[in-house]
Amino acid sequence: MSGKHRLRTALLYAALTLVAVIVLLPFVWVLFGAFKTQGEIMAAPGAWLPQDFSNLANFAELFERRQFGTYMGNSLIVSAFTVASNVLFSSLAGYALAKLPFKGSKLVFGCILAAMMIPYIALFVPQFFIIVQFGLVNTLAGIILPIAVMPIAVFIMRQFADSVPDELLEAARLDGAGEFRIFFGIFLPLVGPAIATVAIITFLNSWNYFLWPLIVAQDQGTYTLPVGLAVASQAARSIDYGLLLAGAIVVLLPVLILFLFLQKYFVRGVAVTGLK
Amino acid sequence: MANVGTRRGSSWQTATAWLFVAPFLAIFLVFTAIPALVALVYSFTDMGVADIRRPLEVDFTFLDTFARVLTNAGFLKSLGTTGIFIVIGVPLTMAIGLVLALALNSGIRRLRAVYRSAFYLPVITNIVAAAVIWQYAFTLKGPVNTFLAELGLLGPNWLGDPNMAIGTVILLTTWRNVGTCMVLFLAGLQAIPEDVYEAAAIDGASAWRRFLSMTLPLLKPATVLVSVLMTVSYMNIFDEPYLLTKGGPLSATKSVALWVYEQFGHGNIAAAMAGSYVMLAIVVLLGILQLRMLRAWR
Repeated sequence: MSGKHRLRTALLYAALTLVAVIVLLPFVWVLFGAFKTQGEIMAAPGAWLPQDFSNLANFAELFERRQFGTYMGNSLIVSAFTVASNVLFSSLAGYALAKLPFKGSKLVFGCILAAMMIPYIALFVPQFFIIVQFGLVNTLAGIILPIAVMPIAVFIMRQFADSVPDELLEAARLDGAGEFRIFFGIFLPLVGPAIATVAIITFLNSWNYFLWPLIVAQDQGTYTLPVGLAVASQAARSIDYGLLLAGAIVVLLPVLILFLFLQKYFVRGVAVTGLK
Repeated sequence: MANVGTRRGSSWQTATAWLFVAPFLAIFLVFTAIPALVALVYSFTDMGVADIRRPLEVDFTFLDTFARVLTNAGFLKSLGTTGIFIVIGVPLTMAIGLVLALALNSGIRRLRAVYRSAFYLPVITNIVAAAVIWQYAFTLKGPVNTFLAELGLLGPNWLGDPNMAIGTVILLTTWRNVGTCMVLFLAGLQAIPEDVYEAAAIDGASAWRRFLSMTLPLLKPATVLVSVLMTVSYMNIFDEPYLLTKGGPLSATKSVALWVYEQFGHGNIAAAMAGSYVMLAIVVLLGILQLRMLRAWR
């Protein structure tokens, strides 16, 4: 029995390891490929490892000649504003929806739920139309505004706000504290994990945001990293994979580093909502 | 009301509440709610790209646009392609996600968190970066075919052959979605109380029987959530085929979302909006259908 059990466990580990290796293979390819020269990439049969891991020519080319510095700056601005505005506005709205019963709150929450179901592809055309009316085509503001408040952020904040005990807020009210003081002084410090979850999800969404910036950004000055990389990958006449893979690393690295340190918030976001 | 008896009445509280909700609501209305309604209205018109700056001067053609879209060969083909993505991709992704969740939940302790992170990593991977890696890996003489050649196999033309291209796009999408399924199934599995299994083990039920007659039914809520989620995400599939194959070769991987994007690019605004609403209607119908089927199941 015990021998059979041990064999089963060993097989399970072997299978899990095999699947993990397959799943992680693309990360191996990108890591090795980014340091290869065009000649090494074109060689057939190609070697697994690059000849020289200190060959940073691909990265240098990205930042010196391909404006990846600009793209990265744009991506950082978009993500910073998106995270800040989502955290602030969704915690305000989530607090009101959970803790300040008011007429119309059910309707507002219903709209939020409905909006979470609308496929994005049904929205981008009329959204572009609104952006045109505001004169925001080819601006970072035009990229940020539609994701400045994500329904999912309010949904998460409301769920967390629900679990804050009413007595705490009520005691403060009896002491004569105003709603703003209660919100900033009592509520916000209590929902730290919710804020972290919202910040992670909105960062991830904005950093990985692709279709919308692709439509709004019309020249290299407003490209974000994913748009810049996509345009580079589709414009190249003879595709320089080493360069593109280096670009992929630049896009991936910030998220991977965050994931390494803040894993539980990433996974909690999925568990709470079932959404990416 | 909670604060009756304090110096503030409920009308004051209502005003404060609206003040708190206002910033969210204003941006939400302008950039999400109104566009959704506008799209519906304009899908009944003949709007073209020239009308974007003069939106009030379009002609109402009512169901004409819908009729044109629903009889458009390109649209119908993209609908079929999306159907293939759903029929193959959704069960495949869910099955792998479920198997991984079961494996991680089968009592192993060591390395459990490491495996979970590894399987989840593709979910947070930027799709453009992922597509670049896959394009490189699956080119004719790329790492995948080089590896197959070492095994003595002749690798196929992963992205150039229409039938293979659908498979490669599904592979990439599955890779990116399995982690989500796994996490949700894992949460479902962990909600099943231990003593249910202990009772079954005493009864002498085999592992396979316990899975079929206990785990699976108890996993129903998670299964409903995952299947709706995956169907919606495959129904809307855009990034993967756009980046990997541009919808080609020979439109073999052109999804509905990609068709809508192309119509938008060609300036057929009304057609794009009508197409996206047809898709929305199908998403809603499929969602209701799935809920019904899963309710009937057992």
